[in-house]
Parts: sequence; C-alpha cells; structure tokens
Amino acid sequence: MTEHSDLTKLFFGRLTWEAIPYHEPILLATFAAVALGGLALLGAITYYGKWGYLWREWFTSIDHKKIGIMYMVLGIVMLLRGFADAIMMRLQQAIAFGDSLGYLPPHHYDQIFTAHGVIMIFFVAMPLVTGLMNYIVPLQIGARDVAFPFLNNFSFWMTTGGAVLVMMSLFVGEFARTGWLAYPPLSGILHSPDVGVDYYIWALQIAGVGTLLSGVNLMVTIVKMRAPGMTLMRMPVFTWTALCTNVLIVAAFPVLTAVLALLSMDRYVGTNFFTADFGGNAMMYVNLIWIWGHPEVYILILPAFGVFSEVVSTYCGKRLFGYASMVYASVVITVLSYLVWLHHFFTMGSGASVNSFFGITTMIISIPTGAKIFNWLFTMYRGRIRFEVPMLWTVGFMVTFVIGGMTGVLLAVPPADFALHNSLFLIAHFHNVIIGGVLFGLMAGITYWFPKAFGYKLDPFWGKCSFWFWLVGFYVAFMPLYVLGLMGVTRRLSHFEDASLQIWFQIAAVGAGLIAIGIACFLIQLVVSYRRRHELRDVTGDPWNGRTLEWSTSSPPPAYNFAFTPRVHDLDAWWQMKQCGYQRPQQGFIPIHMPKNTWAGIVLAAISVVMGFALIWHMWPLAAVSFAALILVSIVHTFNYQRDYYVPAEEVVRCEAARTQLLSKHV
Amino acid sequence: MSDTYAPPLTGGQTPPQPLSFHVEGEHHPQNGTLLGFWVYLMSDCLVFACLFATYGVLGRSYAAGPSGADLFDLPLVAVNTSLLLLSSITYGFAMLEMRRNRIGATQGWLAVTGLLGAGFLGLELYEFAHLIHEGAGPQRSAFLSSFFTLVGTHGLHVTFGIVWLVTMMVQVQLHGLIPANRRRLMCLSLFWHFLDLIWVGVFTFVYLMGVLP
Repeated sequence: MTEHSDLTKLFFGRLTWEAIPYHEPILLATFAAVALGGLALLGAITYYGKWGYLWREWFTSIDHKKIGIMYMVLGIVMLLRGFADAIMMRLQQAIAFGDSLGYLPPHHYDQIFTAHGVIMIFFVAMPLVTGLMNYIVPLQIGARDVAFPFLNNFSFWMTTGGAVLVMMSLFVGEFARTGWLAYPPLSGILHSPDVGVDYYIWALQIAGVGTLLSGVNLMVTIVKMRAPGMTLMRMPVFTWTALCTNVLIVAAFPVLTAVLALLSMDRYVGTNFFTADFGGNAMMYVNLIWIWGHPEVYILILPAFGVFSEVVSTYCGKRLFGYASMVYASVVITVLSYLVWLHHFFTMGSGASVNSFFGITTMIISIPTGAKIFNWLFTMYRGRIRFEVPMLWTVGFMVTFVIGGMTGVLLAVPPADFALHNSLFLIAHFHNVIIGGVLFGLMAGITYWFPKAFGYKLDPFWGKCSFWFWLVGFYVAFMPLYVLGLMGVTRRLSHFEDASLQIWFQIAAVGAGLIAIGIACFLIQLVVSYRRRHELRDVTGDPWNGRTLEWSTSSPPPAYNFAFTPRVHDLDAWWQMKQCGYQRPQQGFIPIHMPKNTWAGIVLAAISVVMGFALIWHMWPLAAVSFAALILVSIVHTFNYQRDYYVPAEEVVRCEAARTQLLSKHV
Repeated sequence: MSDTYAPPLTGGQTPPQPLSFHVEGEHHPQNGTLLGFWVYLMSDCLVFACLFATYGVLGRSYAAGPSGADLFDLPLVAVNTSLLLLSSITYGFAMLEMRRNRIGATQGWLAVTGLLGAGFLGLELYEFAHLIHEGAGPQRSAFLSSFFTLVGTHGLHVTFGIVWLVTMMVQVQLHGLIPANRRRLMCLSLFWHFLDLIWVGVFTFVYLMGVLP
C-alpha cells in the first residue's frame, strides 16, 4: 500500500483529487460554462473540418499579420476573464458590510484580486500592445515581415502558454493569494505553501520568455528593416514608440525573470533570499520587481501614445505637430522610467534624500508627457477634425489621462504618499492611467487599424456606444475610489465594518456595470460589423485618408505586404505619395523572398506548459522528461535549414491584378 | 547606406525628376541576426546584473555561518578560471580557422574549447559538492544562497554553451562552413566570450573580494 502511494506521489507530486475545487459552487459553475463553451468551440471546428486550416494558416504561421491578430484574440479573450474578476470584486465590496460577509470567502477573494491584476497586465494589455505592434510596425516601415519570423510565432505561443497556466489554476488547484506582485515573505513557502504562487511564477516565466524574444525581434526589425529612405527621424510616431517600448522590454523583463527565479529558488530549494531569517531580505525582492514593474507601465503606455499620435494627425488631416519633440519626449520617458522605481515603496524607510530623489524624478516624467498632450492639442488646433470613433477615444483619453497624471504627481510627493500608500486612492490612480491611457489607446488603435487587417470598417454606432459606456463607466467606477482612498480605505479588503462607506462602493459597482455594457457593445460591434462587412468594405486600402505606409497597400494586405519595397522621402510617406500622384506599378513583378511556416513554435510552447504544470505540482519525472524534450526539440529545429521560399512572380501578378480590378470597379 | 536618397543627376538644370516611390527589383534588408543576438546577450547580462546586485546586498549576510574567507579555495578557482579563459582563446582560434575555410582545424579547436569548458564545469561541480558536504549549502545563509545562484547560473550557461557547441560541430560536419553555420558560430562565439567576461566579474567580485577579511 505504502509502495503504491509512494509511486503515486513520485509521478503526481502534490496533485490529488482534492485539487479539483468541486466544493466551491461558483468555480464549479464557471468550470461548467467554460467546459461547455470550449467543447462547443472544439466541436464546431471539428464539424466544419477547420483543424487543418487553423494549423496551416494560423497556428504555424510566421506571417506577422496573422500572429498580430492571434495576439489580439488572446488579449480580448483574457480581457473577459480579467473583467469577470473585476466585477466579482466590485460586487463583493458593495455588499460585504457589517453582518453581511458577501458571497466570496476571503480565500477565494484574495485569488480573484491577484488573478485580476496578473491577467490584465500580462495577458490582456501585453498581448494587445504586442499584437498591435506586430501587425502595424512592419507595414509602417515598408518591410515584408519581422526580423525573426519563427521567433515571432514562438513568442506568441509562449505568451499563450502562460495564459493557459493561469486559466488552469482556476480549476486545478488555486491561484496566488498574494496580490499581483507576490511580495515575500507572504509569497514564500512558509506563508503560501500551496500551488498558487507556483502557478503565478511559472505562468509569468513562460510568458516572459515570449515577451522578451518578441521585444528583441521587433527592436531588430525596426533598426534593420526599414524601407530605403526611412531615416530614424522619418519613422512614423507609432513605430518610434514601438521601438522605445521594445527597448524597455529587453531591458526590463530580464529583471523579472531573475527575481522570479530567486523567489522560486526560495520556494523549491529552500534558499534564503527573501526569507525573514538566515540573512534574507524581502525588500530586495520589492526593489527588483519594481525595477521591472515601473518600466512595464511605460511599456504599455508608450505604444498607446503612438496610436494617439497617428489617430490625431489622420483625423485632423494635418501633419503631427512637433514630431521631433514627440520623438524626444518618448525617448526621455524611456530613460526616466528606470529612475523612478522606488516611488512604489516610499514607506520602505530609505530616508529623506533617497525618497526626494525618486519623488523628483517621478515628477519630471510629467514634463515630456505634458509636452505630448500639448502636441496633440496643437495638431487638433485649426485641423479639420473628423470625429470618427478612434478620435473619440483619443479626446476621451486626453481628458481622463490628464486627471490620472495629476493624481500621479500627487502620489509622487513622498509625505502625501505616506498617507495614500496602499489605499484605494492608488487603485483609482493607476486604473485612471491604465484604462484612460492604455485601454483607450488600444481601443482607438483597434478601431483605426481594423479595416487594414480585415478589409472592412467597424460599425461606428456600436463603437460610439462602447466608447461612451466605457468613459462614463470609468468615471462612475473610479472616482468613488479616489474619495474612499482619501478617507483612508486600504486596498484588497473583502469586508468592511463602517457602513457609511457602503454607498461609495455601490456607486463603483454601478460603474463596473456600465463598463460591462461598454465591453458588450464592443463585442456586438464585432458581430454587427462582420454581418455588415459588404457595406463597410474598404476597397481602397486607405479608408481614413491616412498618412503612413500601411495605408498604401491593400486591405487586408497580401502575405508579402508590398509588391515592391517602398522608397521613402518624407515623414508622412503615403501622404507625399498621394500628393505626388503616385501610380501603383502594374508590371515588372518579381518573385518575393518569404519565410516558411513552422510547427516548432507551438510544439515548444506546449512542452513548456507541460513542464510548468509538472513543476507546479512537483511531478519531478514529468518535469525532467519535458525539460529534456524541450531541449531536444529545440536542437532538432535548428537542423532545419530550409526556412524560406519564393512567392512566384505569377502569384504576385495575380494578387496585384485582382487589386487593380477592385480599385477600378470602385474608385 | 540606403538612408540617404539622392535623385539621379541628369546633366544640366533640367526640371527635377519625379521622385521614385519604390525599389525596382528585389530589395534585401540587412540581416539582423548578429544585432539580435547581441541584444539578447545584453538582456542576459541584465539577469547577471540582478544576481550580482543580489550578491552585493546579501553577500555579507552570513547568518552566523561560514564566510567566503572560510570557504573559498583560491588555487582551485585559479585553475578553473584559467581553463575558462583558455577556452575563450581556443574559440578564437576556431574562428580564425573558420575564416580560412578549414573545417578540420575549426572542428579541432571547437573540440578543445568544449573540453576546456567541460573541465571548468567539472571543477565547479567538485567545488559545489565539497561546500555542500561541509554543510555550506545554498540553504545555510543568504550569502550562500546568492553565491550558489550567481555561480550556478553562470555554470548553467556554460552547460548550454557546451550543448550548443556540440550541436554546432555536428552541423558543421553535416553542412560545412556555409553562411548559416558561420553566422551561428559567430553567435556562439559572442556567447562564449560573454560568459568569460561574466566569469571575470564573478572571480573578482565573489572570490577575490570574498576572501578579504
């Protein structure tokens, strides 16, 4: 008998039937819904015989456009999960007063706020930002693909692998109960002996590999693959912000990898980096994780700034005001973002001079950011503004983000921070800049570039509904949190005694409901636009009278993006081409050199997920086998030297002729 | 570079030629592999920077346990360091032979490099085993945690370097010194020298300064 249980323990580690949360009705219902939905989806794919198509055209694709779209899908799916967490928290806090304990036990509530933060940052914001950059950057710089197409596919699947692990934690075991940065000693083995923190660590490590490689990839793409004539100061602003973001990714994510590795050493090997005894120092963790964490918020916001720059100049019909200052502002933000991390823990006790230094550097960041706001305003000034949906998001952003920026400067004052630290004021502040900045930017970008990716515009009515519900919902949901924060209410509480606070939480819950309607409107918009795709069709490739190169090719672009590599003479390259009466070449097409699809990315990521799962549950034999498989498959992949092919000239001729015909029919 | 565009000059002051907006014929962007690998190495360097910083903060937290002065055996580490530094030189020889297109000599120097790397690893493992045997394992104190992690991470990199090196030798044997293999050997060269550089930091910062009273 003992022998049998020893064997079970060897192979299954900590995993037992107890890990399945069948005694928690909420989780059970969620699981049933997810399982049914998943089965329906899989069944539909099988029924329509689409597995081969998906595998050949999407999963193994190294086309930056398809990978970009897959990133967006991942981000939107995870947004639904992350938002479900948000609304559960809002409900709990609105009802858990006095005698009422609410409907979520603390054990569950703590997992929800952790998962909400982790998912929204790593598996919503990051994939959406990376997806936009992936799709748009090569088109904007006149390239055929990214520098390392296989790595691009691999990066996407590693990010997805991390998301899969987080989703698994919902139904097998549990997620961390530590808050989204998992500070020790709470996240140490003594206080979190179960699998939650391990899910957290391995999900982020696996996704982190993807993020880092995609950062290297896009950075090299921008540096090396620009079309002839596109000097650095002729790069579109979105590409500039993408460059800054990827520099930040490459310089910040290794720190996350290192610090999570140290935490896992503490948990797995019993080292004493962050423990309370044997000389460990928990503040070392807090410092390191914020050296990654602060640049991370700029990784998210800079591409959003890029989107707004593109949107403003397009819909105002004007060259962007202050292009050079916009570029320098982005670069200054990139550098400064490394000099402010300590403002996340002024209360550490590092002394007045250190706190002053970090307080002042934090305030300085508002200068380049303010310069950007003025540039957008001056671009609008005397511009011929078209209030299309992306422009609405942009104007909404400018108002909302300025408020968030000002509360940020307030928090940057160390004495004020001592009072507001860890309060709901902080929560309101960072949601103010992340929703008002990153999310609005992503929504603007999605609406702006959707016709490029799919060949038809998004329905403006539902877009406007989504915008207004998000905007109003945001204010209703988060302004009460500013008030509560000023009254001293701390974050992450699942129950309150003081009944006078309840009304504010109830208002906030209403706000979350409005945001839910905003998200629903966005989903409806996708469906409605698909059904109306013939009316909304973009035949020209340039639906908004755009200014940059991505609008010079068809919508959606052919696999090779450009039949001939463009030559650039101006910042607004496509605008100048239109001004000069540019005619598309109709002949002289030649074969085009393109990378081949590969299975290696998805296979390697799948093995990584298995390895992560085995490590989480201490299934050592499985972990060892999957690690060996990982190395072996990587090596086997390097033995494949035939990684590219030529699109034959006839194929190019056919594609381009089809476009000529389309243009002549409609224009 | 292609960054400057000059419209072709056609004698006299004839009206300016219309701008050309696309490249006739095939356009090959520059290969970015070496830049990409360099950027990756710099990110790896940051991982080591974190480990060095951690060692810097925790390296004197002995928790009433042994210190570097009690534990480190400098002559052993000196031999170890020489092996690794020599392996960098031999890798350099391999690259020179690659330039001369001599497959056999390239392979020979690569093999010597790999053996020197394996020797380095062997001594490091011996040192670790010895320390753990003496009760100075990574769990003993924050100092030893950060020591084992920093040195071990470097050792792990050397291990991967050796696996990569063997793979490269097989690939050179199969396909010869084709451009793809030359590029890969260049990347491995960067990697190998980078590890050497990190080790110089470890040797100085951890061992030499560690035995100071």
